[in-house]
Amino acid sequence: MKFDEQQLKAVKEFLYKIADDQLIIGHRNSEWTGLGPILEEDIAFSSIAQDKLGQSMHIYEILYSLGEKDPDTIAFTREAKDFKCSHFVEYMIGEYDFSLMRNFLFSHSELIRFEMLAESSLEPLANLAKKYKGEIKYHVMHSDLWVKQLGKANEESHARMQSALNECFNLALGIFEESEFAEDLKEMKIFDGEKFLRDKWLEQIMPVLEKASLETPPQSNWSPVYGGRKGEHTEYLQPLLDEMGAVFRLDPKAEW
Amino acid sequence: MKSFDPRVNRMELPSNDDGKEVLESEENWETYEVFHQKKRGDQHIHVGIVHAANPEMALILAKESFGRRRQTANIWVVKSSLVYPTDYENQDMFETTPEKTYREASDYYCMDRIRKYQKEHGISDRKDERRKNKEAEEK
Repeated sequence: MKFDEQQLKAVKEFLYKIADDQLIIGHRNSEWTGLGPILEEDIAFSSIAQDKLGQSMHIYEILYSLGEKDPDTIAFTREAKDFKCSHFVEYMIGEYDFSLMRNFLFSHSELIRFEMLAESSLEPLANLAKKYKGEIKYHVMHSDLWVKQLGKANEESHARMQSALNECFNLALGIFEESEFAEDLKEMKIFDGEKFLRDKWLEQIMPVLEKASLETPPQSNWSPVYGGRKGEHTEYLQPLLDEMGAVFRLDPKAEW
Repeated sequence: MKSFDPRVNRMELPSNDDGKEVLESEENWETYEVFHQKKRGDQHIHVGIVHAANPEMALILAKESFGRRRQTANIWVVKSSLVYPTDYENQDMFETTPEKTYREASDYYCMDRIRKYQKEHGISDRKDERRKNKEAEEK
């Protein structure tokens, strides 16, 4: 595909946003490795975290083919202000209820985003979307299971999941911060827009939450947390980047 | 008791207890036997167990515990409590089995008799024919 300058900017920003979200939530979720509630869940959650890292790497590879630096350099050497991830994925892992709820809300948005991207005119991205359909489907099955299980298990688990949902909800709405290039992306038939995605997302999570006896905050209180897509971040991102890239920066030329 | 495991520490076990009793009372999930199928049509093979609160959870956890490193078409889980085993006390009932070689096909020597019959009745050996054909082709 040939892009003019404006289009290329639009495509790169779009890819950075998707991959950065995946890299950061992948890293956060991997912080549970070895600490999961039971061995089997530890393995499952760690695998899901690895999947997200792998997906982000493949999107960084597309960026590389568009003239950006190589995936390792992109992932491990940028400063927080160069990242386009949402605040939602930056927050610390908290208790397991928070991490599960975050992964539930995020994975559903990924499932729909990648369904949309499978139809994208940006061919390498459409191919990735098709390839990862099954992986993301499993992430959603895993989250749905835990949300329903803990939403109903007992009073304490229900209260914890409800408070995690309250804590997460406005942050999750921040995933859908519209890009200044939204019109370009639509025109190029690359992506139909965050608004469309958000509406589909709400349609999809509501029945699961209902089955779990959990309630989203009343719509009058919805207040999406934006800024991440513009490079404004929480205080939690930079320490994460410092830790994540520490080994790489010891010797950026080392062969792995 | 101070443990490396933060979950154990959070349980605030009494300092003079090794924690066994408390942990046992917390350990109330059942186990499920996991059966793995490599390709559709293959038999499912027992690969291990997972702990889970219900069958759906057992399937979700078995997928990563036993499917993450090998080709997989399908997974079954079965509650361990539904499996009826023989008693190891009765293992002696299997003791003489290895001696019963007459139950194995390899214990029968009959090719000479088959060849003799074929010769007497003018039946050609198909395997022999195939070999001859192949040799002719190669020449």
